[in-house]
Amino acid sequence: MPAATDTLETVRDVTEGGYRWGFETPIEQELIPKGLNEDIIRLISAKKEEPAWLLEWRLKAFRAWCAMEEPRWAAVRYPPIDYQDLHYYAAPKRKAQPKSLDEVDPELLRTYEKLGIPLREQERLAGVAVDAVFDSVSVATTFKEKLAEAGVIFCSFSEAVREHPDLVRRFLGTVVPPSDNFFAALNSAVFSDGSFVYVPKGVRCPMELSTYFRINARNTGQFERTLIVAEEGAYVSYLEGCTAPQRDENQLHAAVVELVALDEATIKYSTVQNWYPGDAEGRGGIYNFVTKRGACRGAKSKISWTQVETGSAITWKYPSCILQGEGSVGEFYSVAITNNRQQADTGTKMIHIGPRTRSTIVSKGISAGEGQNTYRGLVRILPKAQHARNFTQCDSLLIGDRCGAHTVPYIESRNPTARVEHEATTSRIAEDQLFYCRQRGMTEEEAVGLIVNGFAREVLKELPMEFAVEAQKLLAISLEGSVG
Amino acid sequence: MVEVLDAPAAAGSDAVAHLLDRARGLAERLPGARHPVVAAWRARGAETFASQGFPTRRVEAWKYTDLALLRETRFEEPILAADIRPPLDLEEEEGPLLVLIDGRVRRDLSAVSHLAPGVAIASLADLLRARDEETVAGLGGLAPETLPLPALNAALAEDGAVVRIADGVDGGTIRILSYATARAGHPVAFHPRHLIRLGRGARLVLVEEARGEPEAFAWQNVVSEIQLGPGARLIHIRLQDEPLSAVHTATLAVRVEQGAEYDSFTLIKGARLTRNEVHAVLAGPHAALHLNGAQLVDGVRHADTTTVIEHAAPDCASRQTVKTVLAGRARGVFQGKIHVHRAAQKTDGYQMNQALLLSPEAEIDAKPQLEIYADDVKCSHGATVGELDLEALFYLRSRGIPEAEAKSILVQAFLDDAVSLVADEGLRERLHAETLAWWQRVEHGG
Amino acid sequence: MLKIEGLKASVEGKEVLRGIDLEVPAGEVHAIMGPNGSGKSTLGYVLAGREGYEVTAGSVTFRGQDLLAMEPEERAAAGLFLAFQYPVELPGVGNANFLRQALNAVRRARGEPELDAMQFLKLVRGKVKALGMTEEMLKRAVNVGFSGGEKKRNEILQMAILEPAFCILDETDSGLDIDALKIVAEGVNALRSPERGMLVITHYQRLLDHIVPDRVHVLVGGRIVQSGGPELARELEAKGYGELQAAA
Repeated sequence: MPAATDTLETVRDVTEGGYRWGFETPIEQELIPKGLNEDIIRLISAKKEEPAWLLEWRLKAFRAWCAMEEPRWAAVRYPPIDYQDLHYYAAPKRKAQPKSLDEVDPELLRTYEKLGIPLREQERLAGVAVDAVFDSVSVATTFKEKLAEAGVIFCSFSEAVREHPDLVRRFLGTVVPPSDNFFAALNSAVFSDGSFVYVPKGVRCPMELSTYFRINARNTGQFERTLIVAEEGAYVSYLEGCTAPQRDENQLHAAVVELVALDEATIKYSTVQNWYPGDAEGRGGIYNFVTKRGACRGAKSKISWTQVETGSAITWKYPSCILQGEGSVGEFYSVAITNNRQQADTGTKMIHIGPRTRSTIVSKGISAGEGQNTYRGLVRILPKAQHARNFTQCDSLLIGDRCGAHTVPYIESRNPTARVEHEATTSRIAEDQLFYCRQRGMTEEEAVGLIVNGFAREVLKELPMEFAVEAQKLLAISLEGSVG
Repeated sequence: MVEVLDAPAAAGSDAVAHLLDRARGLAERLPGARHPVVAAWRARGAETFASQGFPTRRVEAWKYTDLALLRETRFEEPILAADIRPPLDLEEEEGPLLVLIDGRVRRDLSAVSHLAPGVAIASLADLLRARDEETVAGLGGLAPETLPLPALNAALAEDGAVVRIADGVDGGTIRILSYATARAGHPVAFHPRHLIRLGRGARLVLVEEARGEPEAFAWQNVVSEIQLGPGARLIHIRLQDEPLSAVHTATLAVRVEQGAEYDSFTLIKGARLTRNEVHAVLAGPHAALHLNGAQLVDGVRHADTTTVIEHAAPDCASRQTVKTVLAGRARGVFQGKIHVHRAAQKTDGYQMNQALLLSPEAEIDAKPQLEIYADDVKCSHGATVGELDLEALFYLRSRGIPEAEAKSILVQAFLDDAVSLVADEGLRERLHAETLAWWQRVEHGG
Repeated sequence: MLKIEGLKASVEGKEVLRGIDLEVPAGEVHAIMGPNGSGKSTLGYVLAGREGYEVTAGSVTFRGQDLLAMEPEERAAAGLFLAFQYPVELPGVGNANFLRQALNAVRRARGEPELDAMQFLKLVRGKVKALGMTEEMLKRAVNVGFSGGEKKRNEILQMAILEPAFCILDETDSGLDIDALKIVAEGVNALRSPERGMLVITHYQRLLDHIVPDRVHVLVGGRIVQSGGPELARELEAKGYGELQAAA
């Protein structure tokens, strides 16, 4: 979470154990009726005052979705989702587009403060620009002007559609086509807001960019869409965080993220996913079905995914890289924790198309309680990927004998000069490690936190400095009550 | 994890209907037809195959292997021809030998008299005709007959090898040779069923060979059920070398009881299409399993090794090293799952699969898989895919070794990691000779 | 400071300690010597509260508190430190981070303010140098890839930083060459003070040339069969344990 180190402590004090971000913001909501049909899509598009081409694009996606079946191949179990029993748009009520933060509802600002994301100018995190997305809309984006000076566009998706329609139209759906999969099609039909980033040729984005997603409204789905484009030689580091209130019913989140990196561009995309995971009996929690994909279109371009997945009742997510440009590089660093009844099926796809493309996958799965944690990954080497390289390391840590850890890698090679290496291990926290830490004065929970963070270190070190400390604490908190 | 079984698109295909017709037509004539248990078993198999048909690539376990070849062919039963003799020197080696021609045991070619006490080798057909209750009771006890190919085998199995080693007996070495001829000149399919049982503390070395020179398309769909009693030890060497007119689908189910050990090496040199499926269960504490092998695939061949290792009891160890070498337009598949059940604490599981691609048109698909529900376990797998080490090749050539020879040395070295796991020197030498012969075939475009 | 009375303990149902009586006052260093399998390491683990070591009889009082009723981390907070015979590896856990977390846990328990990263680094640098260690070792994961000697030094470093009231050194000399042994012994001697007690567990007398004990106890078959001054260690070195074992 993009929060000051002591924020968690504060939140820890105000709530009693468990999920510390589970409060609800009492705010007047604007909700459209439940259900999903072409009229609802027209309504969403109209609310957002979208151009006709985008409405057509949404309708096409919706029609494709109607003909698709929900995927069942992942190692996650959940009752059927009634897609007609959801609100597809929810937004805090307001009169007009806020021109500045002074016009933003103070209740919203308080919510973000409580989450550790102060948006007001004097309190902002130095060096981090934040786009705050509350249910279906972006409520504020900080440091926009400063970024604009460098030529970087960082704004809500809706604003991008209004202000930069040509850019959006040029790249939208080119990495994740609207009919890519069931959840991507759903998102394409109903997506409401998200972030848009454009870094022009040769520009190194002067600060970390961050989007903070918050689900607040009841019985609504969140369907954000993020598009990041890095032109030739550009560099950007982006981080997203997410939390939701603690509720007994499940809520659906189906996002799409598209990244495009042109020649020698680098995009570093980090996620700290902390949606409400449900309680110890498996009641409530977010169903997180996300399609994230990056296209390394240019030569020597690089896309690096880092994710810390601690939340959600169900996680279904495979941030991937299409390595098209010669010598392009894809990376995937992941820590996923499943505690209590959480289920995660997550991994990546590295599609090597161009010559001398390289990819690295480091996945650390931690299972506790009755959690089920699956790494599912694909490394595909196509015939033209001369001298492609992949290295994959998948480690699982089991805490207790009621959980499960699974590894399902797919390796497909059609080029003899390519080299693919995959390693996977399974272990647990050894009794002597716990005793050693306790003999040095740590409690069992502190010891578990320490050992788990050690296990995940290779991934955590990939996070931007500003967020690494928070992520470490989150790992420890997510495992509370899992030992003893 | 539950794998999704999609509705079988091919369930109603001609080939399926034809095979089911055969099953109905033969129901009265197959050995044991009048035994109610056998009849019910066959009927169940037919029913399962009827409802599923040939698996398609939409079924996760068949993602990388397409059975179109089987779906498009009308198979008949092989004819009985007493004059067929395989062009092999069967007396070359000593010890018991059971020969099957086109899936039927040929006593005249076999050498199963003068067996040591406690060692029994027989034809499944003979035992079923004799209503041998022990044999009847053993049918389908281990094989995964909810899957279509073993189910079809149950529906149509006519013969096979039955081997029993009594408690505490060392059965020495037994050879089984399965030879395909397809003498009738039309496509034939046969479905041998082997039942192997080792009693408590029994020992056996079993060498199985599948060869042939079929005149027409020959599909062998074999099922082996192997039961190892407590403390028993089976060394199982399988060797398969069939021409492009053969398709070989094998399902081997093995159950290893407490303290027993199953130590196997499978060398696949092809058939047009080979699917080697192993389902192993470590059923008692301190059981051990070695599932090693090599797939040497050239030309347009397709070889698929798919294994599922179930750790169902604590303190068991499984070891698996599988090497695949691909030349020409060949395609190799390795799918290996280690499933550790909740009860299987202190499991030690290790799996390594490596592939060598020698040609730009070859393809390897690998899916090593861990599914773990116990925490105090040590499980790991590794997979690598690549080409010959060019530096090593250069080094050998710089020492005056011609390129072809240098390549041969490196391929043998690659395979040796796996072949060297065979403890018996004679068997190891034999496998080594087989791999060299394969390399000759690749070099000379055979 | 530490008072053990009639202590019996078993491991996996087998009685290993069969009635130990021992008192170590503050300011004294006591050595426990004995052959392999006599229960020396078990005594260390029982005092530190390791799981699987079941106390079946007796009591242990530490600074007036019932030691056996406490959790391992409470014993550590109360000032009991065990230098492990086989220090445990913690992959990915930075050595400095581990030390700081341990120190702050103990300081919290003592009601002292925690140290921030800068204060900690200042404290640790001096100690690292004194023990002939390099700062590079602080950056590595705890004990991972450490040589036997490095591991033992790392234990003494932890001891020097945590400043416990009572130290138990379990076979700290094993696996050390003579130079490393001298450095480790110097580290230990630097911690000797009138307020601190120590229990040095060792198989060989050579460590006791460098850390001279006030009292020596011989543990055989789970019982203390003989006690005496430092000269007892040299006697044992000459005679071996054979005689005592035969008597036990």
